[in-house]
Amino acid sequence: MIAVRIRKKLPPGPGSAGFSLEIDLQAGAGVTVLFGPSGAGKSLTLDSIAGFVRPDEGRILLDDQILFDAESGVHLSPQARHCGYVFQNYALFPHMTLRKNLEFAAERIPRLERHRKVTEMIERFRLSDVSGRRPLQLSGGQKQRCSIARALIGSPRILLLDEPARGLDAPLRAELYATLRQVRADFGTPILLVTHDFNECFELADEMAVVKDGRVVQTGAPKKVYEQPGSADVARLFGAYNLVPVEIRALDPGRNSSRLRYRDFDLAGPYFPGRLIGDHGWLCVRPEQLSAVPQNGKPGLNQVAAALIRVVDKPQSTRLEFADDIAVEMPGLEASTHRHIKDWLIEFPQHNLKLL
Amino acid sequence: MAIDWFPLWLSLRVAVISTLLASVVGLWLAWVLANSKFRGKEALDAAVTLPLVLPPTVLGYYLLVLLGRSSPVGHLYESLFGGPLVFTWQAAVVAALFHATPLLIKSARAAFESVDHSYERAARTLGASELRLFWTVTLPLARRSIFAAAALAFARSLGDFGITLMIAGNIPGRTQTMAIAIYDAVESGNGALARVLVIIISAVALVILALANRFAANPFGPRQTL
Repeated sequence: MIAVRIRKKLPPGPGSAGFSLEIDLQAGAGVTVLFGPSGAGKSLTLDSIAGFVRPDEGRILLDDQILFDAESGVHLSPQARHCGYVFQNYALFPHMTLRKNLEFAAERIPRLERHRKVTEMIERFRLSDVSGRRPLQLSGGQKQRCSIARALIGSPRILLLDEPARGLDAPLRAELYATLRQVRADFGTPILLVTHDFNECFELADEMAVVKDGRVVQTGAPKKVYEQPGSADVARLFGAYNLVPVEIRALDPGRNSSRLRYRDFDLAGPYFPGRLIGDHGWLCVRPEQLSAVPQNGKPGLNQVAAALIRVVDKPQSTRLEFADDIAVEMPGLEASTHRHIKDWLIEFPQHNLKLL
Repeated sequence: MAIDWFPLWLSLRVAVISTLLASVVGLWLAWVLANSKFRGKEALDAAVTLPLVLPPTVLGYYLLVLLGRSSPVGHLYESLFGGPLVFTWQAAVVAALFHATPLLIKSARAAFESVDHSYERAARTLGASELRLFWTVTLPLARRSIFAAAALAFARSLGDFGITLMIAGNIPGRTQTMAIAIYDAVESGNGALARVLVIIISAVALVILALANRFAANPFGPRQTL
């Protein structure tokens, strides 16, 4: 169980605009994923936990130990924190063999037990054949497993991973996810992982925390966060939603309906509790929820006229991209037959609409 | 022509000893400069760089004042070793040390800083003390650049003239190093001897530089790790 509540200000310098981190985060057993765009402060948070960075204010608690407390001036060295850390480039010592890398990390284990433990980890992570090789002679997957084994051998109280899948191709990514799921099942070490890839949250996370501009803006199970984004900013991070700016023109709780204004079009929607007439908001709707037809005549009920910009054939569906950042995904549509049509009508559903 | 080999042996002896001393002091200072944050760090860097830019005679003068028989340091040395430090071959070692260490610190600091920080961070999270980290991670990874830096320091020790002349003097058979012997030969019109000595010292320096360049290519440098 880790509890982080820290502030850190990075002053503006040459080439950076300055940054303010204000993180409030708790993570328990299982895998917690810090998700957010590049530069959101995820890695800075991880580095603060590991002890590479000293926050200005706040406190970091791991189990019942204080790792950092600004008020009492506690700032444990990375050595004293017992956090396993897997670096993006693995940071395997290039001048040591794989076995030596593990032995380096096993220094705290009593001498008699050390050799057995190293061998056990090498076998468990399927590295027996290459244990005498140096990192430069290892494949990407082997390096990955070795760096995770090295981080785990000293029985850390938490495993921190900084964008472990960045720059990996799809098979290696799948291998990494399998390894991490295995680690989760076998070791019971809480895992805190940083990523900007939303799919990774679904692959691994029990819990996720969305980080944006140095703050945690939403937490929860990935599926829940995805289905119920707390704000337009969060929804935008997933890159999967259409966000349509609307104004509420009418609200009728009795008939569970509302009237929304988007550009020159009126849309009928469900009643939005807690909203007032005249409110502005973002209608949050997935591309699969929309449908589109070539325009012939005036827009009908809940239809909006839009100009087609691009057609993308996807394995399961066709994606139509319109002006004003609206995308529609429809199964069974042949892109080639519609590519030349410019004016379309997009139809919005009346229900299952979210207003953020 | 009979050549007196003493200056060459003295120069080599001085260079070896001063390189060893410079490595100990210089590597420690370079590590401090590369790895710690403290107030006055850049001032310290400037102070250790100063000998690189000051004229050797100025540096020699400072040392003469600092180590002379009437100074506290000179006094202490005399009471410890029973003789003055200045105008002995040991003074030539001090001269070479001040001539060579700044360059060694500069190159060693760059070498330490060129080691990818994630290795050091990894070692720390794995529980390695700073000392163990230095000996088992940073130093091996920076090994080649450090060798190159030491080779340069050796070459520089070999070639010092100004500081040596100021504090060790020009006593044939006692403090006359190669560089000073060449000057002496030219001054006294012994052109043939000067030519031979110049060729010898050039050859030695060339060999050392070639070795330094060979070492300088670091197989574990940050460029090759990805």
